[in-house]
Amino acid sequence: MDLIWEGLRKALELLLTLDPEVLRITLLSLEVSGLATLISLVIGLGVAIPVALNEFPGKRLVIALLNTGMGLPPVVVGLFVTVLLWRNGPLGFLEILYTPSAMILAQAVIASPIIAGISLSALQHLPPGLRLQILALGASRPQMVWLLLKEARLPLLAAVMAGFGGVISEVGASIMVGGNIKGQTRVLTTATVMETSKGNFEVAFALSILLLVLAFSVNAVLTHLQQRNRPR
Amino acid sequence: MSRATVLEARNLKVHRGGTQVLDVPALDLRAGEVLALMGPNGAGKSTLMLALAGLLPLSGGNLRFKGADLGVRSEREAYRRRMTMVFQDPLLFDATVAQNIATGPRLRGLPSAVREPAVRAWAERLGIGHLLDRSARHLSGGEAQRTALARAFVLGPEILFLDEPFASLDAPAREGLLDDLGRILAETGSTAVISTHDQGEAARLAHRLSVMKGGAILQTGGLREVMNHPQDPFVAAFVGMETLLKGQVAASGEGLLTLRLGKGADGHEVLAMGEARPGQTVLVGIRPENVSLSLHTDKSSSARNAFPGTIAKVIPRGPFFKIELDCGFFLAAYVTAQSLAELGLEPGGAIVASFKATAAHLIRREGLDAEV
Repeated sequence: MDLIWEGLRKALELLLTLDPEVLRITLLSLEVSGLATLISLVIGLGVAIPVALNEFPGKRLVIALLNTGMGLPPVVVGLFVTVLLWRNGPLGFLEILYTPSAMILAQAVIASPIIAGISLSALQHLPPGLRLQILALGASRPQMVWLLLKEARLPLLAAVMAGFGGVISEVGASIMVGGNIKGQTRVLTTATVMETSKGNFEVAFALSILLLVLAFSVNAVLTHLQQRNRPR
Repeated sequence: MSRATVLEARNLKVHRGGTQVLDVPALDLRAGEVLALMGPNGAGKSTLMLALAGLLPLSGGNLRFKGADLGVRSEREAYRRRMTMVFQDPLLFDATVAQNIATGPRLRGLPSAVREPAVRAWAERLGIGHLLDRSARHLSGGEAQRTALARAFVLGPEILFLDEPFASLDAPAREGLLDDLGRILAETGSTAVISTHDQGEAARLAHRLSVMKGGAILQTGGLREVMNHPQDPFVAAFVGMETLLKGQVAASGEGLLTLRLGKGADGHEVLAMGEARPGQTVLVGIRPENVSLSLHTDKSSSARNAFPGTIAKVIPRGPFFKIELDCGFFLAAYVTAQSLAELGLEPGGAIVASFKATAAHLIRREGLDAEV
């Protein structure tokens, strides 16, 4: 038990003194996962909207693939992105392996299917006649899509939260494509793994608490957005 | 009514999954008229309405709105801003009542200074002025449908499509809304198409009536004309003409004919209105509200047809009762609860049923022998 209490005390100390290294790691985590979520939102909606609004052969297959993609293991993504970005790989010319860009890319690959899958299901759960009703009110096609997204805003924000939650907490891909390089690609999860393996539990505790606080804060903001403007 | 044709449909065909679900050779909608589409579930009312609203891809035929060919994409999109539609499900947005009503004007980019007075005025007109700031999620069925109607009327549509707007409402909400809608349609002189499977709703709102079955229109005509002169037995049954009698014309002249009823009802003769040659087999229909019941034959009555019979069934039908009689042939009559009590009507009782010759309408003259 002493180990835990001692660890927590040390952790609080690190947090309250605003250790520069810890701060840098935290901000990088937020930046990488935030950008990855944003990119995934664009890609996810870009896939979900046309799939939800159109009937085409193979639609079920696409939906099944998306749903499978929601469970992509980060290490598998990490492996493929590493191979793609390797010096002799197809995207080697970008020279972004072991940089935050590579981590953003990998995390976007992880979050896009999550956001696409949940958004698709959100759009499919709208009342079947709603699209016709919106058109009958004189909406153009872009206006119709906008009204549908607005109507599905609660589950869509849940999709964003699930996507962000998936990437802020993953470690496999980040460590593989980022390399956990101090001052460059070290984020909260990779640092926690490293500190724990080194036996520096107090630092690991501090990092974990920060990770939880970060996840909570971002979700609190999103939840606020989600529940705001809801007429009573 | 010789008003301008607003919407002209020719040879409309719609296929779904390889089968034809709609086939309408011709249908015209005239300015200021309310056309009711009647038919059982699956008759194609909603399909026809969506097709007329330009919201359903046609597999054939053409549609003209004030002369513009709606087969052209740009014309169809312009048309969408000049008509609107209200569905059985109110399909309100997760927003306030006011925001819901303002949806169409907002989509058209109208400034709030123009929007807000119109939204308020239509909410008042539909009796939901006090609910403007309420969430659409917390409305009763009637209030929700009133919001949907206000959202439609605020657009000043040149055609208003109403797809079974009362079907999911309880009786009191339906009554109130029927009154208000009838009044507003009349006040605005709206051109409208309303689908329903309730002949009462059609009778209260519509000028003309189309009866549908299996994706086709069986008969279109003025309300009274279709109600009293259905062209075939299905339409007759659907518009509430419950008694259909088949027989042979024994004598005819001056618009009046004497019909000798067929097998099972030998010897009975019915006087009916219509033109037919003696010897022809015909059908006559009698609306149950035109049959009166008495305990004895009334010699002074102007009713030419009087038949003693026994009561087979007494069926409550809301404010009145439907009495099914066996007079040697089937006959249905409506009576009020008061008459039921005064006459002491009950199954097995003896009664005299009478109706005027003008209440017995000739339905169809040809093909009966082959069909029945």
